[in-house]
Amino acid sequence: MPIEIDIAHVARLARIELSERQLADYRAQLGVILDHAARVQELPTEGVAPTSHPLDMVNAFREDIVRPSLDRDEVLSQAPDATDGFFRVPPSLDNE
Amino acid sequence: MTNPADLTLVEAATALKAGDQTSVALTEAVLTRASLTEAAVHAYLTIDRSGALAAAEAADRRISKGRSIGPLDGLPIALKDNMMTRGVETTASSKILAGYIPPYDGTVVARLREAGAVFVGKTNLDEFAMGSSTENSAFGPTRNPWNLDTVPGGSSGGSAAAVAAGSALAGLGSDTGGSIRQPAALCGLVGMKPTYGLVSRYGLIAFASSLDQIGPLTHTVEDAAIVYEAIAGHDPLDATSFPGPAPSGTERLGEGVSGLRVGIVNELSGEGIDDEVLAAFRTTVQRLASAGAEIVELSLPSTATALSAYYLIAPAECSANLARFDGVRYGLRVDGGTVDEMMSRTRADGFGPEVIRRILLGTYALSAGYYDAFYGQAQRVRTLIIQEFARAYEQVDVLVSPTAPAPAFELGAKTQDPLSMYMQDICTIPSNLSGHPAMSVPVGLSATGLPIGFQVMAPALGETVMFQVAAAIENLSDDIGRPVLEVVAS
Amino acid sequence: MKWEPVIGIEVHVELETQSKMFCGCAVDFEAEPNTNVCPTCLGLPGALPVPNRKAIEWITKIGLAFNCSISERSQFHRKNYFYSDQPKNYQISQFDVPVCHDGWIDVTVDGETSRIRVNRAHMEEDTGKSIHVGESGRIHSATETLLNFNRAGVPLVEIVSEADIRSAAQARAYAQTLRTVVAALGVSDAKLEEGSIRFDANVSIRPTGTEAFGTKVEVKNMNSFRSLERAVDFEILRQADILDQGGTIDQETRHWDEGEGVTHSMRSKEGSSDYRYFPEPDLLPIEVTDEWRNEIAATLPELPAARAARYMGLGVDADSATSLAGSDALTAMFQSSLAAGAPAQVAANWLTGEVTAWSRRAAIDIADSALTGAHVAQLAGMVAANLLSSTAAKEVLGYVLAGEGDPETVAAAHDLVQINDSGALESAVDQVIGENEDQFARLAGGEDKLIGFFVGQVMRVTGGKADPRAVTDIIRSRIG
Repeated sequence: MPIEIDIAHVARLARIELSERQLADYRAQLGVILDHAARVQELPTEGVAPTSHPLDMVNAFREDIVRPSLDRDEVLSQAPDATDGFFRVPPSLDNE
Repeated sequence: MTNPADLTLVEAATALKAGDQTSVALTEAVLTRASLTEAAVHAYLTIDRSGALAAAEAADRRISKGRSIGPLDGLPIALKDNMMTRGVETTASSKILAGYIPPYDGTVVARLREAGAVFVGKTNLDEFAMGSSTENSAFGPTRNPWNLDTVPGGSSGGSAAAVAAGSALAGLGSDTGGSIRQPAALCGLVGMKPTYGLVSRYGLIAFASSLDQIGPLTHTVEDAAIVYEAIAGHDPLDATSFPGPAPSGTERLGEGVSGLRVGIVNELSGEGIDDEVLAAFRTTVQRLASAGAEIVELSLPSTATALSAYYLIAPAECSANLARFDGVRYGLRVDGGTVDEMMSRTRADGFGPEVIRRILLGTYALSAGYYDAFYGQAQRVRTLIIQEFARAYEQVDVLVSPTAPAPAFELGAKTQDPLSMYMQDICTIPSNLSGHPAMSVPVGLSATGLPIGFQVMAPALGETVMFQVAAAIENLSDDIGRPVLEVVAS
Repeated sequence: MKWEPVIGIEVHVELETQSKMFCGCAVDFEAEPNTNVCPTCLGLPGALPVPNRKAIEWITKIGLAFNCSISERSQFHRKNYFYSDQPKNYQISQFDVPVCHDGWIDVTVDGETSRIRVNRAHMEEDTGKSIHVGESGRIHSATETLLNFNRAGVPLVEIVSEADIRSAAQARAYAQTLRTVVAALGVSDAKLEEGSIRFDANVSIRPTGTEAFGTKVEVKNMNSFRSLERAVDFEILRQADILDQGGTIDQETRHWDEGEGVTHSMRSKEGSSDYRYFPEPDLLPIEVTDEWRNEIAATLPELPAARAARYMGLGVDADSATSLAGSDALTAMFQSSLAAGAPAQVAANWLTGEVTAWSRRAAIDIADSALTGAHVAQLAGMVAANLLSSTAAKEVLGYVLAGEGDPETVAAAHDLVQINDSGALESAVDQVIGENEDQFARLAGGEDKLIGFFVGQVMRVTGGKADPRAVTDIIRSRIG
């Protein structure tokens, strides 16, 4: 089956800014890989539960106990931009 | 006398204990080896000379006072650069993390540190462990010490090349679809992936969380078993960590294979496998039979679909795991007028093409309208594979196959064709999907002198019998020796 | 056309655990920015989440309080979307199998009770906080954003109602009832003004008498019960206006502007979202066994609705019973008043009336006042024995609340005890009649309105301490 890929939408969801040319290249490559990957659809899987974990284990918890946090200066030393104890980023412009 | 850089872990530990060696001398030896080989091999991204020597001196002080803290005390080991090391740059071979200094040690790193291991440095890998050749590194490829025109395999190619070249006595890799075993095969080493959940993933940069496991790359099966025992065991910081005790790796190493049932997986031992690799595989199976193993041929039909399932599951998980690299809190930032623009440009510039390809693939496979056909179906296929393996292990103790379909290939040979690169993992992927342990043992050299690996797979928590069979294979096989590097020889 | 509103409410409750949902960082909103962060809640490479057992117990408790079924096995999912205050750019949440599902609560508006179904309650993690810096302090004119991740990873329970709510008043009552229950459970401080409980409303309308749902609009940013009611009311009218004029409703998210009293569209360029949910591979399924569920159920306190019903059984009217049961302080005071022998309805009246009003006026919590249950009982006894007029009783209560002492002491000190000695009253009446013979003749002659004049005179000579009813009776007996 021919696979339709809205590659610009996918790149936008993944927050990767690509040129038209790059988008076209990736679309072609994804098409080949997905053609192969689509073989999973050939196996009969009716009534088969999906695995989301290779081990059949449940309930790994931690107790509600406070542990030391990281040193802020050490954390912010890795930030591309920080000020007054905050990480700083460009505005979000959600509205508009 | 053997150069200390060419000792096995067990040999080096024995020499340390006997006072014939010091940790500083061992560390100096591998650092010297690295200084000779690195220009050609490029196994390391970071060599922590001063950190390594300081750790070695501390180990020597302990050992001289008779207070050694275990079998790895004072031994120089290489770490794949996707494991968090406090205060030492960790990049996963990605431009997006260039210069990143983690504020914490991963659990495996912390355990090895406590066991006295000396960390030589951080080794090269395919960016974020995505690849089978260590060519997808933002910092340049690693070359195979057996033949510098060929790749060391991947993604743990840096650790494999370091150990093969003698610039570490052992290395740690991570294995998501074969990333320890395939480079072990291509570099003539033992490489082992534990049962999913036996080794903590805390502090391992996640590629595909439900598949990733850390494991050793060593010269011998016993070395691998010792490193495995040092890193395995429950970790409260990893919710997927197995709560019970880890099976022993060393317990039955000398016991041979007499009476054990060994299953050949037909689907992984025929089509698509290079003739020389198949011949070495058959010879080894013959030797196992002669040594008293019962050989059973088995069909596991759904393994034929494993690669397809893998290339949906791993990219899907990676698309979320790598979302955190956004230029906000650490790593690269490319400016933009809005935070959204900044993130999109940072990610476009910071990730290499293979990583972008897989993120896009995974994003697509999870997106509305495609989830069930792709990701959901892949997870159902995974269930089928687990069920088939379970039935197989009712009949046999271990399963065997070649590790990689062919010996090392030349640099650049597969970089233009992602699918042919993905085929490298055809024999190793099923164990990642099932979560079972598997390892590669060297069993010979090709006509052109390149190593060939043999894979042993076992049921979940079947490490003890897997190491037992691997040790027997090691004993039954001809020693392939060490690669001859002109830079070292001259 | 007549329109019927169809409303569903989504509630986010921050749990007041000691540590965060998936790591050991403290839950502490007072802390300096970015000091309660670690590899896990900051989304550093390699870090992994481990769920807080207490949070799982508390969401189960919430589910049980809302009459939910508890899933034997539930699962975490990743909800994928990029936002700079979300460290991993996915939120660990739940999708197809939440911890709690299919519950209900009863909500009363103007004496009419309706059952609102609760679709689910699921476990998730909070985001960090963004400060949009700019001249106006608004998002759309900000020049930069500052990020504080102290809140990132705080356990959050999302409670989603079915679209069973039919008016803004009912939406408000649902929210208030829900808050009361959550507060009673002791799992959250549940303060709207601090954002530890947050309400969003999904509002649509349809022609009255029809079944199909209209296009729904999500309304956010209401930080009081009053603004929730106003916002829903506004939205109902806005939608009705559009439809009455032949327009159509856009499915969108709108922001309530408290100052202007309107909702604004929050359209983003993202368009419709695609969260790409998939099972969280870093976490195991949650299994709540019957045994564990029963252990948690055993820790449930008596909930407000049950408590109110019990008080009504003691003869307290419905409104007072609900008010008493909704407040821990009132409940405690009421219980100790009963224990000290106060009649239920009388104690209820005092507590929900005078005492509550005083507490509001004085801005002092009832629990911190000098009043005790024994005081309430004593006061009630004095009124019943005609020792205090109702006016005097209020005055006495005020002095007690102010810490002057118990009611008997205070009433005596302020000379407020009624004269109940019939001889004393009779002589007072006779004295007044003697001083006003003309008027008494007219009263006896049938001019009945003069009775008030005589009662007033008697009150004057007794300094207001006479019981007016007793005085009236004596005057009538003199008319013969």
